[in-house]
Amino acid sequence: MIDRASPPIPEDSSLEELQSSLPIGRTIFTIGMTVLAFAFTGLALLPLLAILFAILRQGLPNLNWETLTSLPAPVGMEGVANGFANATLGTLIMVGIASLISIPFGLMTGIFLSEFSRDSKVASAIRFITTVLTGIPSVIVGVFAYAVVVLTTGGFSALAGGFALSILMLPVVALTTEEALKLVPISQRLASAALGSNRFQTTFKIVVATALPGITTGILLAVARAAGETAPLIFTALFSDNWPTGLSDPTPSLSVLIYNYANSPFSEQNELAWTASVVLVSLILLISVLSRLVTRRIIKS
Amino acid sequence: MDYNASDKIVKRIYPEVKDLSAVSQSAPEELITALKIRNLSCYYGDKKAVDSVSMDIYQGQITAIIGPSGCGKSTFIKAINRISELEAKVRFEGDVEFFGQNIYNRRVNLNKLRRQIGMVFQKPNPFPISIYDNVAYGIRVAGRKSRSELDEFVESALRGAAIWDEVKDNLKKSALGLSGGQQQRLCIARALAVKPKMLLMDEPCSALDPIATMKIEELLQTLREELTIAIVTHNMQQASRVSDYTAFFNTDESRIGQLIEFGPTAKIFTDATNPGTRDYIAGRFG
Amino acid sequence: MMKEQFEPAGKPDSGKTSFVKNGFDADFALTNGTGENLWLDQGFTWLVHGFAYGTAFVLFWLSWVIFQQAQPAIAHFGLGFLWGSTWNIGELTFGALPFIYGTLVSSALALFIAVPVGVAVALITSEDFLPPWVRSPIAFVVELIAAIPSVIIGMWGIFVLIPFLLPMQQWLYDRFSWVPLFSTPPSGPSLLVAGIVLSIMIVPTVAAISREVLLVIPKELRSASMSLGATRWETIFRVLLPSGTSGILGASTLALGRALGETMAVTMVIGNSPQLNPSLLELGSTIPSVLATQFAEALDKLHIGALMYLSLILFAITFLVNIAAVLMVRVFGHQQI
Repeated sequence: MIDRASPPIPEDSSLEELQSSLPIGRTIFTIGMTVLAFAFTGLALLPLLAILFAILRQGLPNLNWETLTSLPAPVGMEGVANGFANATLGTLIMVGIASLISIPFGLMTGIFLSEFSRDSKVASAIRFITTVLTGIPSVIVGVFAYAVVVLTTGGFSALAGGFALSILMLPVVALTTEEALKLVPISQRLASAALGSNRFQTTFKIVVATALPGITTGILLAVARAAGETAPLIFTALFSDNWPTGLSDPTPSLSVLIYNYANSPFSEQNELAWTASVVLVSLILLISVLSRLVTRRIIKS
Repeated sequence: MDYNASDKIVKRIYPEVKDLSAVSQSAPEELITALKIRNLSCYYGDKKAVDSVSMDIYQGQITAIIGPSGCGKSTFIKAINRISELEAKVRFEGDVEFFGQNIYNRRVNLNKLRRQIGMVFQKPNPFPISIYDNVAYGIRVAGRKSRSELDEFVESALRGAAIWDEVKDNLKKSALGLSGGQQQRLCIARALAVKPKMLLMDEPCSALDPIATMKIEELLQTLREELTIAIVTHNMQQASRVSDYTAFFNTDESRIGQLIEFGPTAKIFTDATNPGTRDYIAGRFG
Repeated sequence: MMKEQFEPAGKPDSGKTSFVKNGFDADFALTNGTGENLWLDQGFTWLVHGFAYGTAFVLFWLSWVIFQQAQPAIAHFGLGFLWGSTWNIGELTFGALPFIYGTLVSSALALFIAVPVGVAVALITSEDFLPPWVRSPIAFVVELIAAIPSVIIGMWGIFVLIPFLLPMQQWLYDRFSWVPLFSTPPSGPSLLVAGIVLSIMIVPTVAAISREVLLVIPKELRSASMSLGATRWETIFRVLLPSGTSGILGASTLALGRALGETMAVTMVIGNSPQLNPSLLELGSTIPSVLATQFAEALDKLHIGALMYLSLILFAITFLVNIAAVLMVRVFGHQQI
């Protein structure tokens, strides 16, 4: 405290003392709301921790070389190697097919939105449609792939699954590519054009090359999303307990394996589902971390 | 830092300002018109930005374009290599002939036009790639060249922009590591590498410190031997130091840029015909 | 004054100055010669346009295909499908009401839980209750839930959440069975569990977008309110939340869109029994869950058609909800600028 004779507080009832606390009602409201907000935040954090804990506790004990490299064993067979290597391979195959389709379309759409007629009506219409596309439930996309591929080819296949996943990836790739390209300063495009390069050269040699880390991040995010999808695969790729035999045959995937085996009455299949979850979540977290690293590199440079 | 060089410029320029008028009055007869501009008007959408400019830019000369900000000088210079078409919806009226060819002809290949009329921008804008690749970029997009040819072109461009000695050991390093002045000279080298006939400079020194500015002005004097240069600047001392011809742009309440006066630099700076030009120059110097 | 100055002031325009007349140098040519690679640029332009239109086309293709496939059911049941309450595969009688009901109730429940929780997270991570180095990890961890595949959340629901919630559901039934909402004995899976699982999945959406919305609100608004003597929470309720309303509504609507279409996690905890019962403790079924469970085995044309009809209904609902969300977030963006 400053040791000085304080001037007397004027005898004015309208002047409140600064040190007095707020009315009790307002104090209770402040404390109550703060406690509530923290409680809700804790509630929001709880599920993730609980889920990760459950996966690790139930899945890790069975995670070994055998489960990673073997086929699922028939129920009730003792002493046979039990695993889900076929499902891992199937997921990779279908995500690969989806990437092959969605990356060119997404990249080109992103280029269109950012480099060609950015403010035109056509561009905003396409941007709007692409945004709407991100909101379509994945199960509807599965229904669409079922109608377009399964019904016409007459069978469940990796191609149908990959096609469904590609439609889920497409808008993500397109919109993140657009964002990444827009971060490249206009001055770079002008410098390139002033040196006599045409639009193709400017776009690929300068703009896309500069934005490549951002585009990669977008593609990785889309891949992570596709790898975890189940609904579009259940009735397009179906499932199989064997190795994938061809692109036009039913193909297993990690996510459908988890679905099927989690609903199974046999505890050894339940356990396998947990272990497959460890692999799937690690795969997705790995891709997410990878994309974060790529993003960090852009910020640094 | 070569401080003598700056002395040289100052000595060379200021005494000459007085007697240059005599030289340049006789000069035009021997000069070749690189760019013939007649009634050029520029529009952004419906808004007119530059109104009916007519002037000539002579080969091998440095033409300065001065004027207050917003007078349309940048719009004007960006109309010459038609780079403004990439920035906004622009429309041009009138004729601009580059050695007798109308640059607004429908059949003009913009990439060819821009390769022959190079440009250096206000802020240094090197690509985020190596120094070597920056300079080689324009050559590469123009067509395949052998490695040795490319090396040769890059070196001569970097020498031409007086930056070779500073970067020759770091050609593979990122261009973004250079200082602002070095980046701007790199951008000049990059423009020189495609062997343009003409160089447009849009306030090339406005983002640079005085020493870097001086180096670029020095460079301009060596470049004039092979190039026609048009330089937009808001710095009038710079215009008087480096240029042979000066065009003064201004604008009135209508906010439409107009060419007020064009002539030999010495005449514009000492004996301008138009009272507006005189006021502007006096205001800045006084 | 300028109009008169037709000729440049510097020098008279003498024709001899042009290079063309002095013997033209081919290097100066501006127009295309033969063999120029113009087709590359043209082709590229066409290609980019083609791909972009292709992407936009997907939406129309998708709507058209589903509409076409639903035709047999539309022709057979008409609009009555919407309020038909029987779903019998054996007798080929199909009605959508139980699924529409399940979808709407579970999503509404999810929203009821997720909006307060999500907004609380947004406030905690955007206001300065906590130091920044704690705030951003919280935001990151909450958003990480969105990266967990829904089938894994569903499995966690089966093995962890349902056993955990069963005593609570039992308690609700024991004490409040006179309330229609809790009027049936719980068996584990239920609409209530589905709603809770859905809320877990949409909290990240509400939290992330609301946080962005709160972060763009100008600091001056808060300072102004504080300087008038308002406490932090009075400022939040009277200034921040009202000015962020359209953004937070947009976030909630987007979350609703996600909840309506969420499939796997719901399928695994809802019990998949199409019935119309006011009790939240009863088993239920949603449009996505019936699609997930029946599509692979559907053989009859009318059955497939009915499932397609359901898809069409879900597509239409989520389409409208998503457009509303995009527009609301956009309105908020305009207000800020």
